[in-house]
Amino acid sequence: MTVAGDRELDLRQVEQFVYREARYADEHDYDAWEALWTDDALYWVPAGGDLADPGGQMSVIYDNRNRISTRLNQLRTGRRYAQTPPSHLRRVVSNVEVLGREGGDTVVGANFILAEARERGVMTWAGRTTYRLRWADGELKLAAKQVLLVNRDQPLPTLGFLI
Amino acid sequence: MTNPVRDATRTGPDYGRLVEPSRVHGSLYTDPRVFADELARIWYRTWVYVGHESEVAQPGDYVRKALGLQDVIMTRGADGQVRLLLNRCAHRANLVCEADRGNSKSFRCPYHGWTYRNTGELIGFPFNQGYGGKGQIEGELSLAAVPRVASHRGFVFASMASDGPDLAEHLGEAAGEIDRLARLSPEGKVELTAGWLKHRTQANWKLLAENETDGYHPQFVHGSIFSVTSSPIGALYSDKSAAVTRNLGHGHSENDLRPEFRRAGEPMRWFGTTAERVPGYVRAMREAYGPAAEQILVEGAPHVMIFPNLFIAEIQVFVIQPVSAGECVQHSTAVQLAGAPELNRRMISQSVGSVGPAGMLLADDTEMYERNQHGVAQLQPEWLDLRRGLQRERTDERGLKVGRATDETAMRGFWTHYLSLMEAA
Repeated sequence: MTVAGDRELDLRQVEQFVYREARYADEHDYDAWEALWTDDALYWVPAGGDLADPGGQMSVIYDNRNRISTRLNQLRTGRRYAQTPPSHLRRVVSNVEVLGREGGDTVVGANFILAEARERGVMTWAGRTTYRLRWADGELKLAAKQVLLVNRDQPLPTLGFLI
Repeated sequence: MTNPVRDATRTGPDYGRLVEPSRVHGSLYTDPRVFADELARIWYRTWVYVGHESEVAQPGDYVRKALGLQDVIMTRGADGQVRLLLNRCAHRANLVCEADRGNSKSFRCPYHGWTYRNTGELIGFPFNQGYGGKGQIEGELSLAAVPRVASHRGFVFASMASDGPDLAEHLGEAAGEIDRLARLSPEGKVELTAGWLKHRTQANWKLLAENETDGYHPQFVHGSIFSVTSSPIGALYSDKSAAVTRNLGHGHSENDLRPEFRRAGEPMRWFGTTAERVPGYVRAMREAYGPAAEQILVEGAPHVMIFPNLFIAEIQVFVIQPVSAGECVQHSTAVQLAGAPELNRRMISQSVGSVGPAGMLLADDTEMYERNQHGVAQLQPEWLDLRRGLQRERTDERGLKVGRATDETAMRGFWTHYLSLMEAA
């Protein structure tokens, strides 16, 4: 483990990071958002099933770093119709807590509520996000983001944006 | 048992005037009277796909499913039999099962404690002196069972009508496509055990059913993902493709991609891989099927829409659940093949990337369904056109209508069967 990996994060740094990540997602700033991720990234939105075996169960999103790129590249074509035109988004991230440290990563929990407006109407999304943050090359990076939607047991509308 | 389904009042339009050989009327997608007639004449009459036996593998297992608007519990009894029970207490109509799945020998209504065996039989009710003591009403009251339940290769279908064509007659030529999927398992068995994504869609269910075997749209709707992944799928649905669209009868249809895969002649190309990359699977298939394995490994999985609600898209299974004239839910999961662990996780991974609310394919299809639903509410030009490929359609050696990869042969088959059901007294 590197010295940088042991560096403690204070809550203020954590909050600034998760707010920034939320803003990039809200504003469809795909390049800035992509640059936040580590190479071993995991972007995971579970469906209704249990969380024990994501490789053996369907998820709404289960993207490794490659698939994050594919997803963003599809959006960048301008012909990802589920996001053409892009949704108007604003989310509030709150109840931010540092939950602990695992293998040099800082595990952070937060709640969010998000309004999505598009021709279909205004939809409210809400849930619990767990982030794994890591120092890499002098920067704070996102190693994992798990989004547990409150309504993940229910039929969901199209989720074309970055949640 | 009395018929649990009330007949919808026959207030709908004259369907013969709305469904023509090469066009259909927009009101079929928007009119609530049409939806009410469809419930009575399609969803509560013909065979409808409900679930898969592998979802209730053990005695006592149950899972809640939908049959039209009906909330049904698919159970497996101690006798091993799969049954479908309507989720409604015979006393005051409360839900007897609120969990999505589980294992139980019985269901107890929380309202007044009436208890039913997982076969539907009433076995207890508190304070029984109010009914003259034990044994007075058990024979008369029970959970309603869906009158006809039958399965093919573990795919469980149901009909709310006590009589009518049997499942084999309904499936007809489509049965062979389910068989083709099962043959991809070295054990000959499909399992649907990876859980389901549920995608709420503001569109009429028929827009989905028609799109499933529409070979004209992929290059356009899915051009974004094909281009960034250099996917070969788009070419299967090009104007030059040797693949065909086939009307399988009874409203079923397929995009038969085998001509393209045979031309390539490479095992596992249908799965976007090579035999070398999945050696355990290929070995197991050759052991199970001998020389016949080569054809199976080249030809791959079916792409078949089974009327009215089951769609097998190679490695995914979709189920369309109607909600109202303007809304439905798409359920999707990855196919799992018994005896093929090397393939199963890959099929889940590929499916998670492609389908469901955030799927890189299906989210765009769903956007199209919702825009289409908006479009059909516009009053002019009234009709949706279905004539593509009509002039070059042929009849194959099985007597089935066949069109080119991008032709609307499948939609015309859907509507022919739809009309026959909607006009049946």
